[in-house]
Amino acid sequence: MTPLWACAAVAFLVLSVVVGVLAGPIDLGARDVLESAAARLHLPGFTSPLSPTEEAILWEIRVPRVVLAALVGGMLSLAGATYQGVFRNPLADPYLLGVAAGAGLGATIAIAYLPDGLRGQRALPVAAFIGGAIAVMLTYAVGRSARRERDAATLVLAGVTVAAFFTAWQTFVQQQNSETLQQVYSWILGNIPSTGWSDVLLILPYVAVAAVVIIALRRVVDVLNLGDDEAASLGVNVRRVRLALVVAATLGTAAAVAVTGLIGFVGIIVPHAIRLLTGASYRALIPLSVIAGAGFLVLADVIARTALSPAEIPLGVVTAFLGAPFFALVLRSTRTSAA
Amino acid sequence: MTAIGLRHVTVELGGRPVVRDVDLDVAEGEWVALIGPNGAGKTTLLRSIARLVPFSGSIELDGRDTVGLARAELARLLAVVPQEPSTPPWMTVGEYVLLGRTPHLGPLAKEGLRDRGAAAEALARLDLLGYAERRLGTLSGGEKQRVVVARALAQEARIVLLDEPTASLDIGHQQQALELLDALRAESGLTLVAAMHDLTLAAQYADRMVLLDDGRIVADGGPADVLTEHLIARHYDASIEVVNIDGRIAIVPTRPTVG
Repeated sequence: MTPLWACAAVAFLVLSVVVGVLAGPIDLGARDVLESAAARLHLPGFTSPLSPTEEAILWEIRVPRVVLAALVGGMLSLAGATYQGVFRNPLADPYLLGVAAGAGLGATIAIAYLPDGLRGQRALPVAAFIGGAIAVMLTYAVGRSARRERDAATLVLAGVTVAAFFTAWQTFVQQQNSETLQQVYSWILGNIPSTGWSDVLLILPYVAVAAVVIIALRRVVDVLNLGDDEAASLGVNVRRVRLALVVAATLGTAAAVAVTGLIGFVGIIVPHAIRLLTGASYRALIPLSVIAGAGFLVLADVIARTALSPAEIPLGVVTAFLGAPFFALVLRSTRTSAA
Repeated sequence: MTAIGLRHVTVELGGRPVVRDVDLDVAEGEWVALIGPNGAGKTTLLRSIARLVPFSGSIELDGRDTVGLARAELARLLAVVPQEPSTPPWMTVGEYVLLGRTPHLGPLAKEGLRDRGAAAEALARLDLLGYAERRLGTLSGGEKQRVVVARALAQEARIVLLDEPTASLDIGHQQQALELLDALRAESGLTLVAAMHDLTLAAQYADRMVLLDDGRIVADGGPADVLTEHLIARHYDASIEVVNIDGRIAIVPTRPTVG
């Protein structure tokens, strides 16, 4: 059954990418896009029928935006599934350990205090990443200083504590600099920037490392999901493996958040929808989440940028607006079999 | 040969000693029932043998000190059937039993033919072959118990610790579960240490009973030596009569007021 679902997930991703590349205010035409791609790949006998402007729209704006949405969507779903398994908490989301609050503070400080020239596209992601990374390190330090037993729950509580502290700080900075409100707010709602390949290259290494580590350890997530004692008596070094998984998921999330802001709901809804549809254990759920999450965010971004074109709807609004009814539908249709 | 050897084992939880200076040797192939009132330290003693709680003193399995063993090595020597195992409802029986192969795999490895063979054998021995595709959420309490034991068997450890293996079962399923464990012990020479509440059942299956009270071993021997009215009344604070029916020992509660 799982190979079938894998094919379905890949088909969904391919379809989303096709829609993502073709949809936009300027109609490029599927055939022309294909020929342009063939020419880019140096296939003999193909030359691009697109004008230089159209070429630039396609390859410098649309394709990188689709790739970025896919990377971020895949990463958020991956982190969500990992946290849910490792912390044995179905409500765990990628922002569980304080990444969001830390990144929010970093972004707010950058928007409020950095000189205009440094602000914007270059400094903001870096500041957000640093803020997110510091918050998570603090979470880990607070969690470790507590008693050793009940490690997983302690870490989650530490995350709540650190997030509350950073959010308060962020709100304070924001209130002191009310002229930044609009910009901070739009960052918090999340969007996929049309910044070409630079953001893709910025987050690619983190997302790639996170995906490789977590997918390699996906079998162990099922073991950790049995609880610390049972995992240990099955021969797993719980602290070490959990640390590796959490660090990988968090680093990838921090990178994604730094570029796109806070996109809610993806990390919770995608793994749960897949669990409800396929009943897969984590070893299959994790790779399926990456693929389906990538497709989901590409589609959500298409809606965000085309529904009210030329205005953009914040992506976080779209993911929840689309995701919630879809998820309710899945819950409803599977309530008997998934009990 | 000694399968499990404990020397001066003491466990403190929250600053309070829960297991005190326990010395215990369990021979290979032996079935030892750990009995004692609630809070006597049975579960904690089992957890210390599995190195799940910090302890002082020394614990050896097959002559090897557990402190020096890697987790995976320890798990190849010893399997644990917890009192309330977690059984994710979406997992299939086959997947769950395969988790028992974890100590034989590196953290990055996939199960091979050998692992699938061991899991299939465990399923077959617990009469679960037709269940491989069933999800854990659809099983009854008795079926779940068998699946958990199958996971422990797939682990291929020679020592199995069980914490209240029959706690959630009715009397028929209790008997079936214990018969099964006894058969497995006979076939594979497993060493079993089980914390048990039902003294009458424990007496029928265990070679040896170890009575714990307040963290100490207060009696150790065959069922007839340990299940005496005096010892049970004293350590369980219970009013009982020990009845011997053709060599089978039964504990009959008596109401103190009705006499």
